[in-house]
Amino acid sequence: MSDILLSGLDITHHIHQRPILDKVSLTMSRGDFITIVGPNGAGKSTLIKVLTGLITPDQGQVMRGQGVKIGYVPQKMNSEASLPLNARRFITLNQPSLARFDEVVADNGIAPLLDKQMRHLSGGEWQRVLLARALMDEVDAIILDEPAQNLDLTGQMQFYQRLDAIHQTRGIAILMVSHDLHMVMASTKQVVCLYHHICCSGAPQAVTKDPEFEKLFGQDMAAMMAIYHHQHDAHHDHHHHHDHVCDHHTSHGEG
Amino acid sequence: MFVDLLTSDFVLRALIAGFLIAVMCGVMGCFVVWRRMAYFGDSLSHSALLGIAIGLATGLSQMGGIFLICLIFSSLLLWLSHRDVLTTDSLLGILAHGALSFGMVLLSLFNIRVDLHALLFGDILMVLPQDLWLLAAGAGLVLGVLWRFWAPLILMTINDQLAKAEGVPILLMQIILLLVMTVTVALSVQVVGILLITSFLIIPAATARPFARSPEMMAAVAVVIALSAVVAGIILSLLADTPTGPTMVASLTCLFAISAIISPFLSRGR
Repeated sequence: MSDILLSGLDITHHIHQRPILDKVSLTMSRGDFITIVGPNGAGKSTLIKVLTGLITPDQGQVMRGQGVKIGYVPQKMNSEASLPLNARRFITLNQPSLARFDEVVADNGIAPLLDKQMRHLSGGEWQRVLLARALMDEVDAIILDEPAQNLDLTGQMQFYQRLDAIHQTRGIAILMVSHDLHMVMASTKQVVCLYHHICCSGAPQAVTKDPEFEKLFGQDMAAMMAIYHHQHDAHHDHHHHHDHVCDHHTSHGEG
Repeated sequence: MFVDLLTSDFVLRALIAGFLIAVMCGVMGCFVVWRRMAYFGDSLSHSALLGIAIGLATGLSQMGGIFLICLIFSSLLLWLSHRDVLTTDSLLGILAHGALSFGMVLLSLFNIRVDLHALLFGDILMVLPQDLWLLAAGAGLVLGVLWRFWAPLILMTINDQLAKAEGVPILLMQIILLLVMTVTVALSVQVVGILLITSFLIIPAATARPFARSPEMMAAVAVVIALSAVVAGIILSLLADTPTGPTMVASLTCLFAISAIISPFLSRGR
């Protein structure tokens, strides 16, 4: 398939002799919205770092489609108080082109933040600015590592809505690690459950019924997800008429 | 009479040397503050004593020895910091004081007589014309390199993972920054002394911080502050017959105190 943006093949990685990733393969194609879930220490962040090229894995290959540009949104980072820097400067820093600046500012509603110093931004504002920075380039995909970790509930909802809008309107593929599965059930097209290896993967409603998912998160969580999904799905279908169940290929949990 | 003294050759040379150091340290010092390299700078300058001892003992020049040892020291540190054996501050402490002690032992073994006071606190009034050329070349190199890699260096300072994901060669940038830092310290040691060089890096930048809205503005204000302290330090030390290096640092400290006192009254957004 020519629409493959990024793929990792048989990625195996150890940290301090401890196996973190064991033969993990993952492919992101155009139009994908993939959410990686898994318990703490499952290797989610490591996988993201391997895929973005921050870590070279012990074994396995990462291949990026020719000319594919991928934006990266790291976990919430600390702003160094000794470094004076406003949001405008941060977004435009070291960018090959500033052509999309006005559009990105308008799309992300960050005009009021531009002249604020980075260290005065709240967690939610930080994430919006980071996302805007990732969108400055003409990216094909964005990779996010627990982007909403430090946001309050409203902030999380707004952030994921924003992400969904970027995906829908600009067709940017999304790959992210998230604990907030209930929040992204409606947006995400594929859920990958990771615990050192890929336990199950597929459309969200199929995955939450997968015995492997129940094993990983417990029955309660799985049941809760199913409920969340029903609510979101009913609500969601009013706006978008697409069917999550059949449009995906890599799932083994479907059935 | 005092005007004559101010326009005498050695005072003019001191002023020029001080200006070059102020520009170099003002800009470099911002990175030292942002990246929390103060202790690194301190350790690097301590290792300069070993460099001086080796330079004099082997017949190589004093400056050659300083460069050699500072380069070895920063490479060693870069290498060690990539293998998490010990925390960086412990490593720095061991290397710095090890180098300082070896330097003193070596000086004594080879029976080399040095002006220890000048080495520790600098002697800007003893700067020679050829030193000025070297200083000017060094300052030009440091500023040129920092200017060339300014944006990626700032991005790496904000978040190295983000910079790396966006294609900034992190290791290369770290090496560049260490090299520039090495040049700055090695050149400044002779003029402001082993013990005072770190204050020339940190104090101007820290004093400038409350007045700055951008990294460039902080660097520019830091340079102005360092320049004023150089002028004040040289004039005051001549008037009061005090050692010049410590007088310059004392002036810097006063400027910092003023900045710290008025900073709460400055508007937000800085």
